[in-house]
Amino acid sequence: MNRTKKWYDYLWIASLTYLILGFFNILFAWLGLLCFFIPLLIAIIGGNKAYCNRYCGRGQLFTLLGGRFGLSRRRDVPRWMKSRAFRYGFLVFFFVMFFLMLWNTYLVFAGAQDLRQVVTLLWTFKLPWHWAYRGTLFHPGTAQFAFGFYSVMLTSTVLGLITMVLFKPRSWCVYCPMGTMTQLICRTRNGKV
Amino acid sequence: MGAAVGRRRRASVDQGGCVACGCCVKVCPLSAIQVVKGITAQVDKGRCVGCGKCAKECPASVITIEEATA
Ligand code: SF4
Ligand code: SF4
Ligand code: SF4
Repeated sequence: MNRTKKWYDYLWIASLTYLILGFFNILFAWLGLLCFFIPLLIAIIGGNKAYCNRYCGRGQLFTLLGGRFGLSRRRDVPRWMKSRAFRYGFLVFFFVMFFLMLWNTYLVFAGAQDLRQVVTLLWTFKLPWHWAYRGTLFHPGTAQFAFGFYSVMLTSTVLGLITMVLFKPRSWCVYCPMGTMTQLICRTRNGKV
Repeated sequence: MGAAVGRRRRASVDQGGCVACGCCVKVCPLSAIQVVKGITAQVDKGRCVGCGKCAKECPASVITIEEATA
């Protein structure tokens, strides 16, 4: 390789640790907000995709598993998957589901709904996850958000793993909502639409 | 960057389809490809030797190796 490894080449460890911690205590899911705000701030303030290009641990994890460990067929992704229609459509879908998750959190905060200790995979399958929650000093709503956010993170990892196996290791990056959104921000900011 | 004589193959990015992930940048042994302003990858034709590593890595498969015309 042309360069020595830097500290940020090991951020995949953080991504992996995140998923594991959430298995034992769901409240760690809150840390995932970092993977949400950091790329956005870099795109908005810096006008670049340094997050994707350097720091994203999830992308590195796919490179490692699909590349080094060979868990990928290394085929081209289908044409529709890289079309703007699909990428933007998936971004919108992702956001709608995200706001639904926030709404459910709000309902728990408002006392209109009880805390549901499940992790929802692929927006459909409800996995029991009660062992990862032993109460919180804060409102149960904070736990509801954690369950919801962890669901988002786990779902995207699972989708990413599936497309990693089927196509190229980092196929997820083709339709990753954060990647699409940061690219959109950079386009707008740097005046190229 | 004096391009080696006889080495006329160069990477070329279909910029409309590039998702600016930077996977290509990480594997290029000559630092000949960069993601510019978070929008798209760009090849430095003077440095690129057309080895094809970036094309193999690109998840969107938007890099092709072409015979350079000049
Ligand atoms: S596209 Fe998504 S998964 Fe890929 S590097 Fe960017 S933020 Fe990470
Ligand atoms: S073809 Fe090889 S030298 Fe040229 S940009 Fe791609 S990886 Fe770099
Ligand atoms: S790997 Fe492909 S999609 Fe990603 S920045 Fe390079 S050319 Fe663009």
